[in-house]
Amino acid sequence: MLRLFTNANYKFIEIRRIAYIGTAIALTLCVAVGLFNHFTRGAWLNYSVDFTGGTLMQVRYSEPTNENELRAVVQPAVPGTEITRFGAENEFLLRAPRFTEEGGNTVERLTGALNGLGKQYEVIRTEAVGPKVGSELQVKALTAVVLSLLTILIYLAFRFEWRFGLAAILAVAHDTVLTLGFIAVTQMDVSLTTIAAILTVLGFSMHDTIIIFDRVRENLAKSGKKVDFIEILDRSINETLPRTVLTVGTTLATLLALTLLGGHTISGFALIMFVGIVFGTYSSVFVASPLLYEIEKRWGDRTKVKIGSAPAAPATRAGATV
Amino acid sequence: MSGNLVRRLAIIGAALACAIFFLARNGIKQGLDLVGGMYLAIQVQDSAGTMTAQARADATDQALEVIRNRIDQFGVREPVIQKFGNDRIIVELAGIDDEERAMNLVRQTAFLEFQLVKDSREFEAALPRIDRAITAALPAGELEQVDTTRSQSALDLLFQDTTAKDSAAADSAAASAAGPNSRPLSSLLQPNGAGEFVVAKQDMPKVQRYLALPEVQRLLPRNTELLWGDSDLGQGAALFRSLYVLDAKPFMLGTALEDAQAGKDPQFNETIVSFQLNRPGGRTFDRITGQNIGNRIAIVLDEQVKSAPVVNSRISTSGQIQMGGAPMTEARDLALVLRSGSLPAKIEVIEQRQVGPSLGQDSINKGIIAGIIGIVLVVAIMLVFYRMAGLLSVLALGIYCVLVLGGMAGFEATLTAPGIAGFVLSVGMAVDANVLIFERIREEILAGRTQRMAVDEGFKHAMSAIVDSNLSTIITCLILYQVGTGPVRGFAVTLIMGVIASFFSAVFITRTFFMVYMDRKPATKPISI
Repeated sequence: MLRLFTNANYKFIEIRRIAYIGTAIALTLCVAVGLFNHFTRGAWLNYSVDFTGGTLMQVRYSEPTNENELRAVVQPAVPGTEITRFGAENEFLLRAPRFTEEGGNTVERLTGALNGLGKQYEVIRTEAVGPKVGSELQVKALTAVVLSLLTILIYLAFRFEWRFGLAAILAVAHDTVLTLGFIAVTQMDVSLTTIAAILTVLGFSMHDTIIIFDRVRENLAKSGKKVDFIEILDRSINETLPRTVLTVGTTLATLLALTLLGGHTISGFALIMFVGIVFGTYSSVFVASPLLYEIEKRWGDRTKVKIGSAPAAPATRAGATV
Repeated sequence: MSGNLVRRLAIIGAALACAIFFLARNGIKQGLDLVGGMYLAIQVQDSAGTMTAQARADATDQALEVIRNRIDQFGVREPVIQKFGNDRIIVELAGIDDEERAMNLVRQTAFLEFQLVKDSREFEAALPRIDRAITAALPAGELEQVDTTRSQSALDLLFQDTTAKDSAAADSAAASAAGPNSRPLSSLLQPNGAGEFVVAKQDMPKVQRYLALPEVQRLLPRNTELLWGDSDLGQGAALFRSLYVLDAKPFMLGTALEDAQAGKDPQFNETIVSFQLNRPGGRTFDRITGQNIGNRIAIVLDEQVKSAPVVNSRISTSGQIQMGGAPMTEARDLALVLRSGSLPAKIEVIEQRQVGPSLGQDSINKGIIAGIIGIVLVVAIMLVFYRMAGLLSVLALGIYCVLVLGGMAGFEATLTAPGIAGFVLSVGMAVDANVLIFERIREEILAGRTQRMAVDEGFKHAMSAIVDSNLSTIITCLILYQVGTGPVRGFAVTLIMGVIASFFSAVFITRTFFMVYMDRKPATKPISI
């Protein structure tokens, strides 16, 4: 039997203070990068036209072409257009700040200007979003994230106790912030698809936390007597460790394949989920579980759970009920 | 084999058969981001903000019908034209190669009016007063020095031997005499036959601005409307537009049209759209043309003069719109929009997305390769770690894949590029339930349970974790579906199908396979897990 972490007995909760410091540093870094972006580029994240409104056009030329040629024809027609090389040799990304120009829509202006260059090209994709739709999508994306967190909180409060739900939600919020931090560092575009990736991460991370908490619930029920909560938590994490490692392993394997080979549309999306799931796995062990301990310590039902400092004596082995 | 086991296998077989049936019957609908095409979100314009919600909804419904009619006639494979919310229309056209043409077809109001062209003398008489009104209304800074030399020489190119040259010369003389700002409008207008002026193209915005002033509108002669022609005259740098003086009240509307067809005028080799009028329309046309022989009639489409032919004889039920050297496709599209009627109100495109066919194909190819490699990795991991049990779960995973695809076909859900990622991801996550169960069985075996007990307990205890975690994923996906559009929705649907199928697969299918395995395996041999 090939088994990972058989009878593992790592002291996850005992080292929670180290985890807190790590988490605090990571969260601070995320905020710092966001602020840095805010001051250097004007926004915490690099929002795509989905949210800012505007026009994006990806074109591919069949003959050698450079940015300056394009700039010369595009700039007069649509002032403020950013032109960058994209991927393949003669492929370019045109970003215009608006959806309509005076007396015409921006897409038509851009195509008109590109036609003026007289070179053969293909429009790979166009994304043009009016200001109204842009602000609507902003609201929708934000609503989606907040609503997901709330509904899951309610669900967890219903299935577990509210203390479990709170710990899980805080951990998931932590993952969301870290994932956003990663997006801020890499300057990736934040589009609707990015939000989908973040929500998936949120769901997955919740999934991970729930599996540990389910075990905590079971171990609490099994141990009838007053038990040390730190020990219950550690035991639960250790018992679910093989599952965590295997599932995360298979999921990350598929995401890695998608990131490396999925082509442009899919790879960015997969990368965000890959990173987010790494954070999510970390947080279910090092954020959600310690948080559950802290929450229990303050508001827990003391008749059932014993909360105290970690036992001074060598910790009991997992599997042996106290 | 017990009856229970046979029943379970039969259920699995039935589910598989259903999935395969739907797959064979419907296939899987691919999203615009995979096949390439155009997505438009359209809204009825209400710039004045005076429409009630009900009026907007009604106008949207009517517009939807007209647009559907046009797209149907244009011939697009499986177009999606649907209302979104109260006052929005979503149009999805797969495999469109001429997006500009499609866009115009959708966007055009196509409100057709027939108006008489007026004699311009009345308007010309009002011009000095209009000039003075403009000078009074606008701050001096806005009235730039009028560059008469430019427009004069440009006009020379166009009208070599008309009286325009003389009048332009006279105009510029008058302009310089009276100072640069005293004739802001009239200095930009050059007469060009009865009821028509031409304006240099670069002066159009200025003229438009002057004409829009309320002071100017008041001074226009009664029942007079000034409308632009729809295409440029001249060539190269010297381009002009016609400005027509029309009787403001149309004598006939496009609703009188019965049919319209594109064609070529054999005599001049011009592109034309010939139209047929219905009975009452024919009577009106007959009367008006009879009274106006020698005068011009303007055919006005969306407030732009399409053509303004001189009436040579009395015409009753048929007429034509001359389009000069315009390409045949343009004539065909015009005939099409005329046939399918006008939109009830002006509409605006508020979102436009388009994916070229090459990008879509690229996403499919790469997505499939990445997906296969990802799935192979999952299979390898499962086989290495759980051997026989792993093999059973991989078999269940195979069925799972067919079920998800069949479910998508059955619900006619759309597969998008993020959807492919969602599918592959769901395979990675689908094994989670199995992993949970197998780990639990191992624990139970280590705790000294009998084989059969361990398997039963394993499935039983893993259940609550599986249900809770799957439900949380479904919740986020449902929200994602509500909020998202197109590709994101495709992703949410794929993931929901995946989660449901994975639940069935882990809890029911793998369990059944386990039962078969336990049935066949000698009782003394340990479980290969």
